[in-house]
Amino acid sequence: MSRLIYLDHNASTPVAAEVVAAMAPFTTEHFGNPHTTHWAGRPGGEAIVRARAQVAELLGCSPAEIVFTGGATEANNHAIKGVFFANRQRGDHFVSTRIEHPSVKAALGYLERRFGATTTYVGVDRFGRVDPAEFEAAITPRTLLISVMHANNETGTVQPVAEIGRMARRRGVLFHTDAAQSVGKLAVRVDELGVDLLSVAGHKMYAPKGIGALYVRQRGRATPIEMDSLIHGAGQEDGRRGGTENVAYIVGLGAACALCGRLEVMVRVRELRDYFWERLRASFGERVALHGHPDERLPNTLNVGFRGAVGAEILSGLEGVAATTGAACHAGQTMLSETLEAMGVDEESGRGAVRWSLGRGTTREELEVVVERLRGVVSDRRQGT
Amino acid sequence: MRGCVFLLRLAGFVRNRRFVPYNDAMAPVYLDNNATTRPAPEVVEAMLPFLRESFGNPSSTHPLGQAARHAVENARTAVAALINARPQEVFFTSGGTEADNFAILGVLAENPKKRHIVTTAVEHEAVLRLCQRLETQGYRVTWLGVDRLGRLDPAEFEAALRDDTALASVMHANNETGVIFPVERLAQISAARGVPLHVDAVQTVGKIPLDVTAAPISLLSLSAHKLHGPKGAGALYVRRRVRLRSLMMGGHQERDMRPGTENVAAVAGFGRAAELAMATMHDDAPRIARLRDRLEAGLLEQTRGAHVNGDRANRTPNTTNIGFETLEAEAIVITLGENGVCISAGAACASGSLEPSHVLKAMGIDPIIAHGGVRFSLSRYTTESEIDETIHRVPPLLERLRKLMPAAT
Repeated sequence: MSRLIYLDHNASTPVAAEVVAAMAPFTTEHFGNPHTTHWAGRPGGEAIVRARAQVAELLGCSPAEIVFTGGATEANNHAIKGVFFANRQRGDHFVSTRIEHPSVKAALGYLERRFGATTTYVGVDRFGRVDPAEFEAAITPRTLLISVMHANNETGTVQPVAEIGRMARRRGVLFHTDAAQSVGKLAVRVDELGVDLLSVAGHKMYAPKGIGALYVRQRGRATPIEMDSLIHGAGQEDGRRGGTENVAYIVGLGAACALCGRLEVMVRVRELRDYFWERLRASFGERVALHGHPDERLPNTLNVGFRGAVGAEILSGLEGVAATTGAACHAGQTMLSETLEAMGVDEESGRGAVRWSLGRGTTREELEVVVERLRGVVSDRRQGT
Repeated sequence: MRGCVFLLRLAGFVRNRRFVPYNDAMAPVYLDNNATTRPAPEVVEAMLPFLRESFGNPSSTHPLGQAARHAVENARTAVAALINARPQEVFFTSGGTEADNFAILGVLAENPKKRHIVTTAVEHEAVLRLCQRLETQGYRVTWLGVDRLGRLDPAEFEAALRDDTALASVMHANNETGVIFPVERLAQISAARGVPLHVDAVQTVGKIPLDVTAAPISLLSLSAHKLHGPKGAGALYVRRRVRLRSLMMGGHQERDMRPGTENVAAVAGFGRAAELAMATMHDDAPRIARLRDRLEAGLLEQTRGAHVNGDRANRTPNTTNIGFETLEAEAIVITLGENGVCISAGAACASGSLEPSHVLKAMGIDPIIAHGGVRFSLSRYTTESEIDETIHRVPPLLERLRKLMPAAT
């Protein structure tokens, strides 16, 4: 069998060789607990300081504003529940969108069901984009937090986060963005985006699964953001997140952030992505539809509806090609994904949706192979039905 | 903080005076395995494929995702086997602390009307601080004490259980002294009263046999990096039919109980570590205990005013806590560290003064001993020559330290 063609980088990326190399010493000789002062722990403690600075450098914040977590799901839960439980006397209302990642949606839903919180879910246009004006209109005196993903995992559509951030600042409402999909693909700078909280996922940016970060704004604030911890423990992460630091993975996230500073690679990825779309258009004409914003979109993401086909069947016909029909978190579904539904994608195109997400290592040849194989698979399906 | 600053100065002083020059030729001896262990080479080996070619997301249906899924499930089987649980009773977390939080907050959330918790005064910070925090939120917590040897009285435990007790949380073995609590007995008692028992077994899993079918333990926390696995992986055992709320909300991973893309590499490493522990524990435990006893005997014999803290008859095989009269624990740790012997202090260097550890305090250890209480913790990789080297190196260092700083303040 030929080499696997991996076009599922929005689900998880490979770990960069530089990242694995950076991690290696901390799974072997520098294995100590960073809280211990002796030789075994000290290198780990120092490495965490460096990694925190690397993450901060990429996001344009100060190292003290970074809390390492077990991933973006934890960061999102920490942001939403942390703000809620520390500020219940002040408010109980959230503003978010219909297309958030399950970890945001479910955290909000939990607070609604169990603690009487309310959320205004803002809809999206046919490109999957929200209207900032709707957020402002949704704000009430009880609003604690606005949470909007930076870029959508399924379509890659990038939200006007900076605009919402300016408005949130003006209205004095905390603003969180889930940047799991955008860090490493776009320039993500906390001041430009105007965010108070921002979630990072290691494994979407060539670091391993099991590490993430939450940015918590300190700079430019008169008082710290009142937040509860999600995981209570022995005072790690400045008392914000308990548990022995996952030193090797933290080092890996730092190294991955250092690599992401070089966004030129994404120019090439964008060209390949656009080339792939051109080839699909040339091969399938009006039978393919683009789901997502034509321009305001992650450079690596292409969500295509194959009219008259079913996404899962296309993928099962494409042996040796990894892609996904919806978000990986709810794979196996044949119904329209919530994101596509919210965009008002027509049923025929939505059922045939496949998300192709390219990576640094994707080649033109691989895309040629996929187009070629798709010709067989998609026309077969058409004849079969 | 001032105390810490003083100690750091002391370390600098010691270095600058070449009082105890650090000698690179001296191989370091790592005796801080209760803080964290060296990942086994086999564990690192098991992790690597999932940091390299096999990087799929276990939720993805393509072969790369399914390979990751298999790795997670194989690890679950191995971890379950180590405590004689069923694989479906094991939920992976980011570590022991998350498992403790998951267990305690999860059970409380399922029983909002019950507002009482029973725990001990000697728990790990994860449980201790969480319960302290719950006290500020309207929960009542009964903090069970221990005797001079660090033992818990099951009758006191029984008496503490009330009709509104939502949960009891008791560690299996203490991280500072190694003293083992009779959790099987406590589980019987709490089960008879209909109170779920959570056991923080972070310090025992992989060191001594543990069988969750032998007693009605409801929940049990595990940590990979205490048994030669990687940091960043742990698990919560949840007995069938025990209900609890998840700590986080999101995707459907871990059967809806713990969302977030699985840390496949670390989980795979955890599984391998569990297999290794299972295979070696039986032979290793007595060997490690012998080395520990040898170390203890050597240090007691060759150091003035040294006392073992904790029940010597009932400890994890790898741990000894020794109080050195009139010495300051952090000073001992720094001095030994400078000389290549890694150990830990019970004392927490965060409270503004050098308080003795909460564990030794709860045991009622004489402050003059408790202030100098330090922990030596061995592992399966500890060798006899390392122990002999430690016995050889440590007493003169302590003697010099005693001259330098005659009394604790």
